[in-house]
Amino acid sequence: MRLYANSALCTGCRACLAACSLNLFSQTNPKMAALLVLLHFPEPGEYELKVCTQCGECAAVCPTEAIQKNANGVYRVIPERCDLCEACVAACPEGVMFVKTELAQHSWKCDLCGDCVAVCGTDALWIAGEEVAA
Amino acid sequence: MNGYGGSILRVDLRQGTYKKQATPDDLARDYIGGRGFGAYFLFTEVPPGADPRGEENKLIISSGPFSGMMIPGAGKCDFTCKSPLTGGYASSSLGGHFTAELKYAGIDSIILEGNSPKPVYLVISDNKIEIKDAAHLWGKGTIEVEKYLKESLGEEYQVIVIGPAAENGVAFASVNHDYGRQAGRGGVGTLMGIKKVKAVAVRGIRSIPAADLQAYRQAGLALFKACKEAEGLKPWQMYGTTIVTSWCDEVGALPTRNFSAGSFEKGETLYGPVMRKEIVITDKGCFGCPSPCGKYSRAKKYSAYVEGPEYETIGMLGSNLGIADIQDVAMANRLADDLGLDTISAGGVIGWAMECYQKGLLSKENTGGLELNFGNTEAVFTLLKQIAYRQGFGEFLAAGVKQAAQKLGKGSDQFAIHVKGMEQSAYATHNATAMLLAYMTCDVGAHHNRSWAITYDLQVGRDIVSPEKVARIIWLQNFRPMFDVLGACRLQWVELAIDRDLYLPALEAITGIRRTWEDLEKVGERIWNLNRLYWIREIPGFDRTWDLPAPRFYTEPPASGATAGQITKLEDVHRLLDMYYEQRGWDTNGRPRPEKLEELGLTAFAN
Repeated sequence: MRLYANSALCTGCRACLAACSLNLFSQTNPKMAALLVLLHFPEPGEYELKVCTQCGECAAVCPTEAIQKNANGVYRVIPERCDLCEACVAACPEGVMFVKTELAQHSWKCDLCGDCVAVCGTDALWIAGEEVAA
Repeated sequence: MNGYGGSILRVDLRQGTYKKQATPDDLARDYIGGRGFGAYFLFTEVPPGADPRGEENKLIISSGPFSGMMIPGAGKCDFTCKSPLTGGYASSSLGGHFTAELKYAGIDSIILEGNSPKPVYLVISDNKIEIKDAAHLWGKGTIEVEKYLKESLGEEYQVIVIGPAAENGVAFASVNHDYGRQAGRGGVGTLMGIKKVKAVAVRGIRSIPAADLQAYRQAGLALFKACKEAEGLKPWQMYGTTIVTSWCDEVGALPTRNFSAGSFEKGETLYGPVMRKEIVITDKGCFGCPSPCGKYSRAKKYSAYVEGPEYETIGMLGSNLGIADIQDVAMANRLADDLGLDTISAGGVIGWAMECYQKGLLSKENTGGLELNFGNTEAVFTLLKQIAYRQGFGEFLAAGVKQAAQKLGKGSDQFAIHVKGMEQSAYATHNATAMLLAYMTCDVGAHHNRSWAITYDLQVGRDIVSPEKVARIIWLQNFRPMFDVLGACRLQWVELAIDRDLYLPALEAITGIRRTWEDLEKVGERIWNLNRLYWIREIPGFDRTWDLPAPRFYTEPPASGATAGQITKLEDVHRLLDMYYEQRGWDTNGRPRPEKLEELGLTAFAN
């Protein structure tokens, strides 16, 4: 299972970011979210979503084994093992692996909680198995 | 302070200094936020009789406890000041993302005080606040400046910006944000221009505290779930506010040729489905909005990008000017946005000028050669620019329709469509007594958002004048603005018809304070009465005549359309007012009685 996004349906509202930080960190702070909404305005007038595909590149490069795959196939950060080296950030092909030391003393990523999907009013986000790619 | 950024930022533009104060607990208790904070600060801090264009006027920019939280549409931003357009109370709001970001920077309200001697812009980067020279931005359009600031500061910055219209002192200039959101009404942008503040950019990295995180998450998710399951969601997402264009045309509420009628014979060219098909390229949401009314468009005919046009603009710059091409309306909208003009007031004042031209009260000699015939798109484009730069005939219109009609005379005030000096928004009110009363008594002038009652007229009988109808208007006026106070959009309640009680557990979990809608409506009533006291304090001789609508609505039945031959008699207009004052606890000149003020805790504010 993983998170999917259809940027064409995104309206840039960022409800997903607020929901993400609330579940992941118990804080209302979109800058602590594990997905991205990029804007291309005023022209051509498009939004672009970046989400974790659970590809595992982050775990593969992590020198401290701070990112582990769980029984559901979801890669999760073990905060106390993270040494903030940012290797995962550089390796992430979608740009959704985060280290921001002013906000948290460990890296973070999508844990597939599904709250972003719950608040998205346009179904631009959804969770499915690998076979349902679009 | 749970649910709040925690501070009020005061910027002294004259001195070029700033200070932060803690957001007072009692202010949060009695006025909650947003429009409530604005009304309180305006009344208590701007001295009686202050010149709206002088140093003493303040621009108060406020969020509410829902702003920036995981709550549907939590992006409302209120701007309050003494109105450069009307001389009374002004409050206008925009959606988007500004107040969410403001709260992440730990700020609930910004109060702009004094006037800067030179153009500046403010950059708020969490704790760091800078007042910077804006010489290189002055004179430029809103879209270019927002783009420049986002590119130079970073995409995460949220920007509010004014255009040339505000710089040049046009009385109905807007504050713009997010390439298409405006606080347009009452000249809140005009005041920002007088203060020489070209823009404010903000970025914050803090979390907003909540009293009970789990309860807040559950209540927030329940609100989103209700929105997503609402029957009205899909059509609203498809058309936004333009969903009403065809309905208004059918029932005679679509302003046509300066409100001389309520149905436009070419109205179909402007309907929502036509717009969706011809120009819309993406849906655009304010912060946390599951049901975005924002439609981002490209008018191919002009290679122009614009957010909108939304319904008000379609009415005021479309049918009200006799324009029957959605691409032309989109281009007029783009011009107004970039120049920083309120599309409603601009459409009102141009519609009036066109009617004067049609009636021979103005000629080409007066208009600098412009042929102001209804439907002349090029003349509209030219006039929008002339108004913004106060050039040519634009100078004559730049103070608003009330002033223009006073200057011209010749009986043109008969069809100057305003209340209290604010041009009426896009609902024609021929024989629609609830909507008419809503406009007459709205606390900023003829604006619809406090009490949108046109559907109620159709439901109960549009000519009915009854205490029940008046009670409905008062309830809407006390209740609906509470969304602007809380910092969330009202349209999830209005258009998706979600249960308003779903907001209460969210508010309690966020702020830690339990409130009922009865309590909240009492706050709404307090703010409404405080604003009434403000008008009485600021306008010498303020009496019931200030609550009368444009004479057109009680003297001239439309010649065509759904409301042809229909009118509300002046006698009924006065009956409506009498009932309204009585139910409000006001005297026959619309002054709140001492008992009412005491009930609302406003005795100390009595004049």
